Amino acid sequence: MAEVRFNIYRLNPETGGDGRFQEYKVECEKGDTVLDCLNKIKGEQDGTVTYRMSCRSAICGSCAMRICGHTRLACSTQVSGLLEIYEEITLEPLQNFPVIKDLVVDMKAYWEKIEAIMPYMVPDAGEPVPEKERLQSPEQFDTVFEVATCIRCSACVSDCTSLEADDKFLAPAALAKSFRFAGDSRDAADKERLTELVKEGGIWDCVRCYECTQVCPKDVRPAEHIIQLREKALNNQMEKSVGARHVLGFMESVGHSGQLDEGKLPMFAVKNIGAKISMVPIGIKMFLKGKLPLKHKPIPGAEDVQRIYKKLEGE
Amino acid sequence: MAMEEEVFSHDLLIVGAGLAGMRAAIAAGEGLDVAIVSKLHPVRSHSGAAQGGIAASLGNSDEEDSWETHMFDTVKGSDYLGDQDAIEMMVKDAPGVIYELEHMGCVFTRMDDGRVAQRRFGGHSKPRACFAADWTGHTILQVLYEQIMKRRVRVYEEWYMVSLIVRDNVCRGIVAYDIDQGKLCVIRAKAVLFATGGYGRAFKITSNAHANSGDGIIATYRAGIPLEDMEFVQFHPTGLWRQGILVSEGARGEGAYILNNDGERFMTNYAPEMMELAPRDLTSRAIQTEINEGRGIGGQDYVYIDLRHLGKERILERLPQIHDLAYDFTGVDCFEEPIPIQPTAHYSMGGIPCTMEGQVTCDPGNTPIKGFFAAGECSCVSVHGANRLGTNSLLEAVVFGRRAGTAASEYAKGEVLPELPDDANQPAREEIEWVLNNQGSESVMAIKDDLQTSMMENCGIFRTEEQLKSQLATISKLRERFSKVKIDDKGRRFNTDLIGALELSRLLEFSDIIVTGAVARQECRGSHYRTDHPKRDDENWLKHTLAYRTDDGPRLEYKPVTITTYQPEERKY
Repeated sequence: MAEVRFNIYRLNPETGGDGRFQEYKVECEKGDTVLDCLNKIKGEQDGTVTYRMSCRSAICGSCAMRICGHTRLACSTQVSGLLEIYEEITLEPLQNFPVIKDLVVDMKAYWEKIEAIMPYMVPDAGEPVPEKERLQSPEQFDTVFEVATCIRCSACVSDCTSLEADDKFLAPAALAKSFRFAGDSRDAADKERLTELVKEGGIWDCVRCYECTQVCPKDVRPAEHIIQLREKALNNQMEKSVGARHVLGFMESVGHSGQLDEGKLPMFAVKNIGAKISMVPIGIKMFLKGKLPLKHKPIPGAEDVQRIYKKLEGE
Repeated sequence: MAMEEEVFSHDLLIVGAGLAGMRAAIAAGEGLDVAIVSKLHPVRSHSGAAQGGIAASLGNSDEEDSWETHMFDTVKGSDYLGDQDAIEMMVKDAPGVIYELEHMGCVFTRMDDGRVAQRRFGGHSKPRACFAADWTGHTILQVLYEQIMKRRVRVYEEWYMVSLIVRDNVCRGIVAYDIDQGKLCVIRAKAVLFATGGYGRAFKITSNAHANSGDGIIATYRAGIPLEDMEFVQFHPTGLWRQGILVSEGARGEGAYILNNDGERFMTNYAPEMMELAPRDLTSRAIQTEINEGRGIGGQDYVYIDLRHLGKERILERLPQIHDLAYDFTGVDCFEEPIPIQPTAHYSMGGIPCTMEGQVTCDPGNTPIKGFFAAGECSCVSVHGANRLGTNSLLEAVVFGRRAGTAASEYAKGEVLPELPDDANQPAREEIEWVLNNQGSESVMAIKDDLQTSMMENCGIFRTEEQLKSQLATISKLRERFSKVKIDDKGRRFNTDLIGALELSRLLEFSDIIVTGAVARQECRGSHYRTDHPKRDDENWLKHTLAYRTDDGPRLEYKPVTITTYQPEERKY
């Protein structure tokens, strides 16, 4: 192929200081992946360049890193594909993690969050353990199989915008892992799991930007599974959190008048008097800017919307 | 670099966190201080790359299946080198361990009636591979790690085990290097259990992870314990061309064809009955023969595996990972085109000699090394003999991980912490200091590359005395070059340059053992095919090799094969 320029983030914990970028030129062949090139750089030019890798077949999840600004697996990313878009290849460590050295990050917080979601199946303690397998239909298998293929590479966590704003957020990997059990017909701990998940930092703190689903190298679709968990929470009458009330308020408003009552929604979502009062100044500001319609009117044809709601409720 | 020393202690210390290691930790149960040391985070272990299935005669897809049939298939597949008492134990345990995994929450592809689905696999006469699409190893690995988290087992993550401490036939612990902190530590234990995986990384084209560098096998060998049947290396028939990445046998289990340049299903000439589902040794030789005789695609070194007739829906349901790997690594859309494949070094039949309870032994009379256990691919029980059947490796890891974990914890309960010798960490400390300070001109990558290329050429699917002897000379030269190795990274924190050099030293050492065993064994058996001795020779070679470390290279002894039920006969498929 040709000589390709790599720009690699370097940080040496022993000398300290801020990270910097270092440039390497690599002779690439057709079919070379980013990991192949990293191995060439390490083996032929600079043995101090540090990164994690193992299986080189997109299953162990070791080599996720930011490649030209997007989090991907180095082992399954073809250099030729990148060169169709980029002139040089920039490699940086995952975001939302402390860096240990070069492209290696500290995953401690990641695993603590996984451990926090009761990450194992809890069968019904009242049921005797069967002699053979527990039965599960092909559809029940399908429900959890997708999320069971998560390789824990952390690409979703690296690109999570909610986590960027709030490091208490459990983040997509742990939440999707939670659905791995909550969605499993053999698990009986829905109530316990969901009770934890509706708290601060849980399922309602996702802003649904879908970065996680977009970036996942295994198409696990964490965002979709977070939504499935929300549905489960609502179906279990866990409606007290701001997020749940936001959804319910939204639904009610649209169901009533065919459009959102923007003035009422925040007041409905937040139950606590103190919190309601704390929203007054922003409400006044919104009003002065003309963003707070005082009169909320049904749209023409609101009855049709109501009929749709009735039909859906019937189902 | 000054090296601090810290000493930890545990009742049972497990090295390696793949299926065998984690299953062992779970088997150890309550009331025992168990810890795991692993060079990778447990979920990064290479067990996760296993795709197609795990064998057990559940009889879900075919009621006629039985442990007896599974046993016979395995014995025949092993080319009669497998120990039949151990094989019997494994296949009898099989259904139970599958149900245990299922009860822990493992996902399995299901039949319409809700039972675990089973499909066909090479060398098995019945459909007995339980699977989760083509993600079987991954899903089991995840569920075992879930149980490790639940039990709060201490895991020393990203610690590299450098050496094993054995004195007077009693194992006393290990010396390990904390990769992140760059600290050398002694970990004392009443019992040590190795589950450190295989040694396929000696070869250029391999399905193995970079991490599969035989660390446990070599630590054992350097501690004075022999290694068994190391000459037997399995080549999987279908690795992605040039990459070696696994294309599961599950693909052929679902009905995929293998085709040569003439579009011919050439397996008809090699295994007319089982066709593509012949055992791996035979199928890999068939593919290599086609390639060698010029019938590779366009005369090149690959043939095709064709999934197209299975249809998109079946591929997405049963083989989704194969679809993605073919696309991402070779650019082939397997709905529309056949996938280019070649045989790839895949599985290590040989390893650390041990009993059915994982007790490591050190001579033909099976004298035990007290407190030292092994399970999984690093061990040689031997249930695979000269050739492993597909889906029997995950089974072995779980069955013998469990058995060895139980035996090791029983042993530990009755022991006090063994005394450490004064110089316990000396070999490890000296080795690391040597690598860090050596002033040479040779690079790790160049030596490794030459080793892997030459092993592929001279010690691959077909072997001759001439090639093997020249390979011994090559390895000796490479080891000479390694004595002049120089690494760039002299730092303490996360020094993967250092780890790479340590791994290479192990690759060089076990390659020497593989080739030495292969030169001596003048016959064809399973994966070991000598074109200059083209017949199996039961009279002289129906025996296990034991390789001992000496200053002049490996010294070989032999021990008998356990035959209980099935007398050796000619293998036909």
